[in-house]
Amino acid sequence: MLELKNVTYAVGDKVILNDINLKTDDRFVAITGPNGSGKSTLVKIIMGLITPTTGQILFNGEDITHLSINERADKGISFAFQQPVRFKGLRVSDLLKLAYHGEKNIVDACEILREVGLEPKEYRDRELNDTLSGGEMKRIEIAMAAARGSALTLFDEPEAGIDLWSFHSLIRIFENLYAKTAGSIIIISHQERILNIADKIIYLKNGTVEAFGPKDDVLSYIANAEQKGVQQA
Amino acid sequence: MTETEKHILKEVAALDALPVGAYNIRSNGKSAARNTTANIDIVTKEDVSGIDIVIKPGTKNQSVHIPVIISESGLKEVVYNDFFIGDDCDVTIIAGCGISNCGGQDSRHDGVHSFHVGKNSRVRYVEKHYGEGTGTGKRLMNPTTVVDLDKGAYMIMETAQIAGVDDTLRETNATLADDAMLEIHDKILTDGDQHATARMTVDMNGKDSSCDLISRGVAKGDSYQEVMLAINGKNACHGHAECDSIIMDNGIILATPALKAECVDASLIHEAAIGKIAGEQLYKLMTLGLDEKQAEEMIVRGFLR
Ligand SMILES: Nc1ncnc2c1ncn2[C@@H]1O[C@H](COP(=O)(O)OP(=O)(O)OP(=O)(O)O)[C@@H](O)[C@H]1O
Ligand SMILES: [Mg+2]
Repeated sequence: MLELKNVTYAVGDKVILNDINLKTDDRFVAITGPNGSGKSTLVKIIMGLITPTTGQILFNGEDITHLSINERADKGISFAFQQPVRFKGLRVSDLLKLAYHGEKNIVDACEILREVGLEPKEYRDRELNDTLSGGEMKRIEIAMAAARGSALTLFDEPEAGIDLWSFHSLIRIFENLYAKTAGSIIIISHQERILNIADKIIYLKNGTVEAFGPKDDVLSYIANAEQKGVQQA
Repeated sequence: MTETEKHILKEVAALDALPVGAYNIRSNGKSAARNTTANIDIVTKEDVSGIDIVIKPGTKNQSVHIPVIISESGLKEVVYNDFFIGDDCDVTIIAGCGISNCGGQDSRHDGVHSFHVGKNSRVRYVEKHYGEGTGTGKRLMNPTTVVDLDKGAYMIMETAQIAGVDDTLRETNATLADDAMLEIHDKILTDGDQHATARMTVDMNGKDSSCDLISRGVAKGDSYQEVMLAINGKNACHGHAECDSIIMDNGIILATPALKAECVDASLIHEAAIGKIAGEQLYKLMTLGLDEKQAEEMIVRGFLR
């Protein structure tokens, strides 16, 4: 359902993504790779926050390269940011209601907060300003993406900064989301526990896809590559 | 009451019908309806246009509504309202002015409100300014608010001008006695070629007095906004002023902090920020299905809530 063809993104003469070719319709796909390898840039290109310098993005066979963010959202793509955005004056319930396409009332829309370990009553009227902690913002961000129930959901490092919250809850969110949508979930992560639940893994390095395939193959590829790195050093 | 008047009443005072408690509704320069209660008296001034609102000491959980409606094009008025609030009260005052100008002449309301708040009283003051109408005549408002807080008094002012006022100069001058506390939340949205100036000055005369002045502004179109927040710390006191603005299109915003400390125990803080809507904020709302324009509107509405 998602296909990237010769996607390159450069800023000035710095090439951030170099000729990416990918095709996937798997349930859980993890993207991993070193800091700065281009993981966030890649998902921003899929969601439309960044326009690639060259190349094409196809979603369900349709070329979406030149669609706006909201047009892609309407087609069934959603995105939980690595760094959640804060808004003065907007409340948790405002965005959750929006995430549900305005179809649920405030109380029902906020029930999803339970899934990310937040008590709806305590959080629904909170403003999304800097009085919320980083971990709370991150959980709300995940709840919004889950609430949307899109055919393709992109999570950028969902586990980062939420140490005390159980890892199982996060997995359960992915599973619930899949049960609801029977779609695809793409998760950027450095965490082995997350990589382990993936059907496939994309290993990015220096803006190129070093490996892409079934979880076990890519995990051993990464282990080998690291081994070589150690030997060379 | 005409439909226009009813509509304005709803905009400025959220009223669908006559309010409970004391009220005075001023329409096109005349008192259209008035109610007094055992504790709250309203008296027409004899020397100038306006009223005295007298609230007995110990009055709790009562409200006064004093909305002003102007629907005649070309009407210009200066109105003086004085509030005498006794000691140990807890009251809410809802003011507001709406101008509907469908004619070719400027309509203008200059309201001078003076508050004398007694010892240990709490007052919540809500004021909304609103303009509408298709005429070429301007809708002008120049409110002046004078606040005098006695020992231990607390006042919170929620003032807003969200739409349709062409030109405004809002002056607020407050004086605080010992242990008095003043909180102001001011919101303003300007568009087109509107001008708005807000100047607030707080004299912290009393020991352990405190104030928190929060101004939020959005300037769209070719509009111009000026905000000056001044705190004079003349005793051991805490003063905080915050001026936060979103600039859009060709708007212009001038924010001027002014802190003056005349006592070594005065602690005064000012924060000011002006910026456009962050791209990330637009992106987030767009991932939730809003187009850019809708996202912008939601951000502005939230910011001015
Ligand atoms: N607008 C830009 N101008 C210059 N460099 C940029 C720009 N945007 C991203 N980069 C660079 O591109 C590279 C990839 O960034 P990206 O955020 O995609 O990395 P990442 O793989 O998500 O890293 P992390 O694991 O730290 O989140 C980085 O080196 C970053 O500094
Ligand atoms: Mg990243």
